[in-house]
Amino acid sequence: MNYMMLIHHDDAALAKANQKELWTDYAAFNEALAKAGGRSGVRLQPASAATSVRVREGKTEIIDGPYADTKEKLAGYFMIETDSVDDAVAWAQRCPSARYGTIEVRPIHEQK
Amino acid sequence: MSRNEAHRIVERIARESYGRLVALLAVRTRDVATAEDLLAEAFAAALEQWPTQGVPSNPDGWLVTVAKRRHLDALRRGQVRVNGEPHLQMLASEIEEASHLSEELPDRRLALMFACAHPLIERGARAPLILQTVLGITAKAIASAFLVSPASMGQRLVRAKLHIKASGIPFSVPDRHEMPERLNAILEALYAAYSTGWDESEGASELAPEAIWLSRLIATLLPEEPEAKALLAMMLYTEARRGARRDAQGCYVPIDSQDVELWDRSLIGEAENLLHACNRSGPTGRYQLEAAIQSAHVARRLTGANCWPAIVSLYDHLVALTNSPVAVLNRAAAVAEIAGPDAALAELRAIATDKRILGYQPYWATVGHLNLRAGNIETGCEALRVAIGLSTDNAVRQHLRQLLPS
Repeated sequence: MNYMMLIHHDDAALAKANQKELWTDYAAFNEALAKAGGRSGVRLQPASAATSVRVREGKTEIIDGPYADTKEKLAGYFMIETDSVDDAVAWAQRCPSARYGTIEVRPIHEQK
Repeated sequence: MSRNEAHRIVERIARESYGRLVALLAVRTRDVATAEDLLAEAFAAALEQWPTQGVPSNPDGWLVTVAKRRHLDALRRGQVRVNGEPHLQMLASEIEEASHLSEELPDRRLALMFACAHPLIERGARAPLILQTVLGITAKAIASAFLVSPASMGQRLVRAKLHIKASGIPFSVPDRHEMPERLNAILEALYAAYSTGWDESEGASELAPEAIWLSRLIATLLPEEPEAKALLAMMLYTEARRGARRDAQGCYVPIDSQDVELWDRSLIGEAENLLHACNRSGPTGRYQLEAAIQSAHVARRLTGANCWPAIVSLYDHLVALTNSPVAVLNRAAAVAEIAGPDAALAELRAIATDKRILGYQPYWATVGHLNLRAGNIETGCEALRVAIGLSTDNAVRQHLRQLLPS
């Protein structure tokens, strides 16, 4: 199964972390992910830089900020192919962001 | 005795009684889920009341009486579908009969465990199923220990119980020729529970004493089976070192740097006795080999004797028996102590492409360590970083970071 691992951060908690250790751990995590055939995805800029757009009855609304106004915000993602959801959960647990936020494990819709 | 300890003992008695009653009922009715349903509320009440009010003189009778009362209440409110009254009545008269004859209730937990670890039950559900049916541990607690979502653990358990009922999985102790394989499935499940419990993480660490307790139970119920004793011995050797595996800062301490004064000598003594007993009585199985390796490591540290050749030869047997890449890895680590890091690295090439090992943190830690010792700094650092990336335990990560040359 292919999974997209959505990283949600509490920016305040992340800022409090030991930055050197955090990014060393992230480099190590990406290296381990690559060895396992995973793809390191992207890191997003803070949610405050987001613009949200929607069209209702032909009228376009543009809103400053992220779509969902929650404490933990979407901050990036990575991809992994594993045999079971249990293995995907193990990768989520390894991700350094899991210690400062939440990793959402989402199976990808397979094209049949 | 601390309050916590007293609480633990009371909880033990409640679990003991609960497990025996569930087993007795499930073996009779072939219906694990109903047996659990009927006793669940009474068991929860026992866990709540016994620690403060004391353990009743007849714990089995207490549980069944409360279960009957709760069941009647639920029937009146129309909340239960199955009519469990006859089941509870049967348990009650059995308990009464046993107490008249001053006998113990027949212990059917072994049959229940064999049903839970039957080949038709999916492998990943076996340990959770035993923990739930024999010890009454909730699906939620099991899920958090095994890192599975509570809902999917719940589904897994429900499915397995339906399977037991629908597929006619037998509640019996297998005969001689089936025994080794069937017993192995139980031991494997208990070992999985113990390994999960070796983690310090919340939720997981509570599984270790439960797994040891279940292993003790099965070693007692099957005194003729050397592998059951050996598994218990292996767990006790490991458990004896629990207090020494972290330093004051919480950093991971490898066995060679551990303060042996912190090892629990009474657990080690018990493990040694078990190992002697099982080596006397049967062929050399996987757990006997692993327990013997543990014993050699303990002797090496306690007496300073050079046990490495013995350890390597025990691993030779283990590799031949299990064909497990983890055994090859551990053998290579022992080879390094005799023939040096290059010889060990050469042996590891045999498993370097094995998919089972590439996500295994200790593999990368060992490869990193051996390469640093052999002077291959760059390869060593790369492997150590992968090990850091794979590790979910902060104490281990910290230890590995310290190995990286700055």
